[in-house]
Amino acid sequence: MSLAIGETASGAAPAEGAPLLELRGIKKYFPITAGVIRRRVGEVRAVDDVSFTLRRGETLGVVGESGCGKSTMGRVIMRIADPTDGRLILDGRDITQLRGGALRGLRRKFQMVFQDPYASLNPRMSVGSIVGEPMIVNASAPRREVPDRVAALLETVGLDANARLRYPHEFSGGQRQRIAIARALSLRPQLIVADEAVSALDVSIQAQILNLLADLRKEFGLSYVFISHNLAVVKHVSDRVAVMYLGRIVELAPKSLLYRTPLHPYTEALLSAAPEPKRHVSRERILLSGDVPSPAKPPSGCPFHTRCPKVMDVCREERPLLQEREPGQFVACHLY
Amino acid sequence: MGGALLEVRDLKTYFVSKQSTVKAVDGVDFSVSQGRVLCIVGESGSGKSVTSLSLMRLVQGPQGRIVSGEVLLEGRDLLRMSERQMSDVRGNEIGMIFQEPMSALNPVMKIGDQIGEVLVRHRHISRREAREKAVELLRNVGLARADEMVHEYPHQLSGGMRQRAMIAMAMACQPKLLLADEPTTALDVTIQAQVLDLMRALQKETGTAIILVTHDLGVVAEMADDVVVMYAGQIVESGPADEIFDRPLHPYTRALMDSIPVIEEERERLRAIPGTVPSAAHFPEGCRFADRCSLVEGRCRERLPELRELGPGHSVRCHLA
Repeated sequence: MSLAIGETASGAAPAEGAPLLELRGIKKYFPITAGVIRRRVGEVRAVDDVSFTLRRGETLGVVGESGCGKSTMGRVIMRIADPTDGRLILDGRDITQLRGGALRGLRRKFQMVFQDPYASLNPRMSVGSIVGEPMIVNASAPRREVPDRVAALLETVGLDANARLRYPHEFSGGQRQRIAIARALSLRPQLIVADEAVSALDVSIQAQILNLLADLRKEFGLSYVFISHNLAVVKHVSDRVAVMYLGRIVELAPKSLLYRTPLHPYTEALLSAAPEPKRHVSRERILLSGDVPSPAKPPSGCPFHTRCPKVMDVCREERPLLQEREPGQFVACHLY
Repeated sequence: MGGALLEVRDLKTYFVSKQSTVKAVDGVDFSVSQGRVLCIVGESGSGKSVTSLSLMRLVQGPQGRIVSGEVLLEGRDLLRMSERQMSDVRGNEIGMIFQEPMSALNPVMKIGDQIGEVLVRHRHISRREAREKAVELLRNVGLARADEMVHEYPHQLSGGMRQRAMIAMAMACQPKLLLADEPTTALDVTIQAQVLDLMRALQKETGTAIILVTHDLGVVAEMADDVVVMYAGQIVESGPADEIFDRPLHPYTRALMDSIPVIEEERERLRAIPGTVPSAAHFPEGCRFADRCSLVEGRCRERLPELRELGPGHSVRCHLA
């Protein structure tokens, strides 16, 4: 079943804007155990009731600080981690319970690019095998065509076709990330989950990869879930942005709204804290006190109330729901 | 510059093995005056971290060697001091903060004792006095639970608290110079904002000079009075921060600024710098940025440009500037 290729190439796919991926109330809790019998004494709520829809051809940026659950969410989308609760719908099909061969068959539709291109590529495999392996495993291309396709993919991501004969250690960080992207593209996916895909790279190389991702999006009609801690990078690549805090989405909006008129106090603080490479910008800096609370003991009510400069009584008791407060702009905050 | 607190002249640090000589720092000159913040900015392999380690004579031997240069702290050359004299400088006249507070702190020593140790060593006060002073120092860096924290171990603190404790330790002896190597790189942005704010406040209060090594131009814009831009072991541009940001002259500095996404601006496409940094074992003959430079000319590949002063305090290493 190689519908994926036909769909995107022929334009027979549903109109742009149709949902490609939907998360409904996704939760991922990790148990905390103690003692020899591994008694369950608590749980880490890494992702706690996250819902959103990704439209076809859209890039959704996910920002947040360490421990906010953004990477776990990416792993749940990829079905590397099983959700504790909630539903995951890809292309109209519920894939939450899919296992084994059926899941593997569907994996060609969604692929992941990881942060560390030194750890994510097998050092003993040639670049040609790394990029060609998914096509052989999934029998998505006749074996004799694989070398040609690999060469074409390598050129697509800006590498020399001869790179297929070499090994990962012969390449720099940026080039390795290109190899990882070529591998992710080899099955013509519709969705790529990129988890801190440019964070380990120097800025001059980071720009090369960001431009490449933009080109590939146009060329292949890709959708991205782009996970990063870097607010400027997320703004650059995304159509819409979700801000996560302690396992929850606190604000979700088109980037123009989110960066110009953030509604959630956490979004405001995050934006004001990001250092900009410009002099003479006088910005009001909102300094948050303290650290992010442990997701094993999340605060009652709003998860941000312990650090929020605008905290009210109701915030300590009642958890605010993510609701649309401005057209397209969703926020989980009692202020609105 | 007359009133320089620290002056570095022609510093060269090489890593020598049988196969090759890696010129990590290859002829670096700069100076810092009292009360100023100097940022050294560069990408991986630019030599910025080896420069800061060289200042403290902490380069790993036997391969790593400072092959030439002078590091003058108020006129005294640190590179010519005995190891014993040098250890009177470290932590006393020059305080240090590193990127990873978890690996820089001793994991089996209580926070209070670690800070106290610096004072006992350099200020010759009793352990008890030192512990009391440690509480005070932790309070100064905004740690409210200071009196409990002195009895805790590093793993019990969060990343941001650990970095504050490191700063408290570095500031314990009221150093003339604080050397901070990527002090906020491992921290989240909201915590980074807290730590930068703290460093600025301490600097105003005590008049300490700061050398801040970073890859992040955002941090530079925020903190720097003066900037040194490094590329492939050398300084390619240096000058007052406003000059560097408003009138960058070296093609590398300009490319670096154009290559990053900026929140305040809409950039359709980023201007990536093609290629990669040349290997420090085989630098090209001419300008080390030539292969990646959009303005490259014939002479760039023939002759290494000198670092020339083109404006007040603003120097550039480029044939075209």
